[in-house]
Amino acid sequence: MITNMEKQAKAYEIMTNNKDLNLKATELRLGLPGSESPEREVVVHGSAIKILVAGAKRGFSDAINGGYGVGLVKNGGQETDVLVTPKPALLEKKTQVSDKLNGQSSSPAPKQQVVGWPPIRSFRKNTMAVSHTKNKEEDDPKIGSGCLYVKVSMDGAPYLRKVDLEIYSCYLDLSSALEKMFSCFTIGQYGSQEVRTREGLSETRLMDLLHGSEYVLTYEDKDGDWMLVGDVPWDMFIASCKRLRIMKSSDAIGLAPRAMEKSRNRTEPNNE
Amino acid sequence: MNPHRKRAKTVDRVDSADSALVSSESTQMRPFPSKPLSVDRVKSVESSESGRMRPFKDKILFVDRVDSVESSESSRTSQFSDKISGFDRADSVEARVDSAGSTRMSRFPDEVLERVLALVDSHKDRSAVSLVCKEWYNAERWSRRHVFIGNCYSVSPEIVAARFPRIRSVTLKGKPRFSDFNLVPEDWGADVQPWLSVFSTAYPFLEELRLKRMAVTDESLEFLAKKFHGFKALSLLSCDGFSTDGLKAIATHCKNLTELDIQENGIDDLGGHWLSCFPDSLTSLEILNFASLNSEVSFDALEKLVSRCKSLRVLKVNRNISLDQLQKLLSHCPQLMELGTGTFMQELISGPVTEFKNMFSNCRNLITLSGLWDATPLYLPVIYPACARLTFLNLSYATLRSDELSNLLSHCKSLRRLWLLDTVGDKGLEAVGSCCPLLEELRVFPADPFDQEILLGVTESGFVSVSRGCPKLRYVLYFCRQMTNAAVATIAQNCPDFTHFRLCIMNPGQPDYLTKEPMDEAFGAIVKTCTKLQRLAISGLLTDRTFEYIGKYAKNLETLSVAFAGSSDLGMEYVLQGCQKLRKLEIRDCPFGNAALLSGLTKYESMRSLWMSACNVTMNACRVLAKERPRLNVEVMRDEEGGDDSQANKVYVYRTVAGPRKDAPPFVLTL
Repeated sequence: MITNMEKQAKAYEIMTNNKDLNLKATELRLGLPGSESPEREVVVHGSAIKILVAGAKRGFSDAINGGYGVGLVKNGGQETDVLVTPKPALLEKKTQVSDKLNGQSSSPAPKQQVVGWPPIRSFRKNTMAVSHTKNKEEDDPKIGSGCLYVKVSMDGAPYLRKVDLEIYSCYLDLSSALEKMFSCFTIGQYGSQEVRTREGLSETRLMDLLHGSEYVLTYEDKDGDWMLVGDVPWDMFIASCKRLRIMKSSDAIGLAPRAMEKSRNRTEPNNE
Repeated sequence: MNPHRKRAKTVDRVDSADSALVSSESTQMRPFPSKPLSVDRVKSVESSESGRMRPFKDKILFVDRVDSVESSESSRTSQFSDKISGFDRADSVEARVDSAGSTRMSRFPDEVLERVLALVDSHKDRSAVSLVCKEWYNAERWSRRHVFIGNCYSVSPEIVAARFPRIRSVTLKGKPRFSDFNLVPEDWGADVQPWLSVFSTAYPFLEELRLKRMAVTDESLEFLAKKFHGFKALSLLSCDGFSTDGLKAIATHCKNLTELDIQENGIDDLGGHWLSCFPDSLTSLEILNFASLNSEVSFDALEKLVSRCKSLRVLKVNRNISLDQLQKLLSHCPQLMELGTGTFMQELISGPVTEFKNMFSNCRNLITLSGLWDATPLYLPVIYPACARLTFLNLSYATLRSDELSNLLSHCKSLRRLWLLDTVGDKGLEAVGSCCPLLEELRVFPADPFDQEILLGVTESGFVSVSRGCPKLRYVLYFCRQMTNAAVATIAQNCPDFTHFRLCIMNPGQPDYLTKEPMDEAFGAIVKTCTKLQRLAISGLLTDRTFEYIGKYAKNLETLSVAFAGSSDLGMEYVLQGCQKLRKLEIRDCPFGNAALLSGLTKYESMRSLWMSACNVTMNACRVLAKERPRLNVEVMRDEEGGDDSQANKVYVYRTVAGPRKDAPPFVLTL
């Protein structure tokens, strides 16, 4: 049996190898509110991962080796077959969303890694998909109700986290929370340096903290652009942030110089 | 003077039947005073087996559940009349015996016996009753009003109709349970129509029909509505193949309808007009559940219906019913015992809570509450006045957080059953533990089951918290993403009365996240400590050791669900050898092969069914099983894509007295 450490090592390896896929997925795209981004960080428990590309409207869907078999998803597109373990592959006969239910669920079908797993009945699957979408749509920072969960991915980590931006009040809170969350992945030294809160300039501190470390914190905004965290006032940030990504500095080269340039120019208070 | 019933001469032949009795094992014997069956039945079985006397145990196996009815019914005539006293029954096989010189077993005249037996409700008890002697067998079959058929293919409708002449209520289950999770192709079968056709002549006064995982068409529903004039109660759970047009037929034609319960079906929802088809004259409705239908119904029609049905005790509406509409409905039926609300929030902000705060104040009988779609902390307090009496609260469609749940539960001291979404988190479960000491059942569903990235939801610590505060827990269904052996061991110690333990660690093959070991010891702890365990679903990284524990300790286990577990054939063998009361075994994605399958050769006839998919079983092994056990149906589902023809990817084995299916679709091979 593969030890967990070996599995994790493999996961890291595959993560780094799949970097291309990640970047593609972060490109500008149009999607329905609440629809899932095609980027998939995969959890590995078996000895291989397979990502499928299907010709369906949504981009692609994946199947994951759960350790005992591989699920193949046929969406009228191509599929690659994998047989890593002695177990036979599972074929899905039906489309993921039950055909019989009417078009109430405008949200995309919930992703299924393995056919029929976890064992949830169709009605609940489809109902929760709609609820989930509704909740996301209704998240409006202005009302201040509910929560504002965004995904946080870190390059090289085997899984994502989700954070509720509502519970933080400034970049510093967010960055220390993220540091705690991802410290097990040796995020590098943020340091515990004291940060003076200067009016309008505190946001740049986050970037300064990260500057010189291995990683930078970026976010995808409502328009689908990837920006460096810390450029805009906090309220504007949480209103526009859709997801976060802790990127290796070397990868952020395309982003960083412009933003850092911007920040260097901000020797005086922001005049947004 | 009523004519005597015919009776068999049994004295001499009792002895010969006795020998069969003595030589058999008694594992399956019921705790009834076991008298041998009368010779007629013994003989008919004998002759069908070319003279070889069957062990007594085998006969019992076929009548201890009605889902496998003894097939030697040919000796009965089917003539009978439907008189109350039923003394015109012609039973030509038995010789007439004068009561004065009779050797009857029982002291009661038949009519008394029947009256007494009519009070026996449980179908297991009734099956036991029917085995005592011929007299009791007959009295039981005449007095039975409800028949439960756990597998529609284990028996044919003709056999059922022949044995039980006076049925008023039928429960029928069809597809294997894994069909709920898309593992069974469409058009597999379990069509209800053949049953309805037979019932229309055999049971024209049928009143109740409860179907689970059956294929039902609109035509069948119309047939049901039109042919059965006294029909009262229809319950459809997890069925498919019909549309709301079928419901229209039911609403239109069933003049005495008391129950319409539509749950989680694969239904073609063509609109809500069906509800308007209830005639104004219909006032008998007691149960109405359309919570899982998506289309909007006419509120006006619904309100009028609810107003005129004074006996309504269960009302579960769908999400389209708004809060103020619900309030109106409740004002018409304060006698409700079970309520499923519609959407539990309003768009308008102005003074909402005060408007609704009296909604529940008149509902003094309310013990079950469900629905609560989109419930927010703003509106949830509306239900507080009703909370103290609630025994069942279903919040599994309300995305509550821990504090919201905590506030709510502080009012719910009487809860016995609670269903939740894992959005409440471990903190929410702590509140469960502290507020609900009487809790017997807990189900925690995942809000985001397919998002592997999230680490939200509940963990082992929430489960432990509940177990500490709720020692009476019997039934748990728990979806989580991490678990430890130590936690489950603690839970077992805290709640030794578990009868149903279903733990779903959502990532297949995941070990104890702290120790990285398999989860064997967790389930070992459960089966060792919880001796009353009837149903078990296992998950996580599991070796054969888990199954060794199950086989050794789970002596009352009846249902076992296994996925992504085990290391070798031994695993399945342990279970088949050790779990004497096992009835249903469903396995997917496990490394069990032919040796495991065939190790259960002598076991499967004592079970309802076996499902094995994505394991290592070959067609040849299935053929061997089919050949050795003609009273089993061994069905293999072929994959459309071909693949390896020698592999049997989906195997479904079940005992039957009806022979191979006649309606099997092309992809189902009966071997």
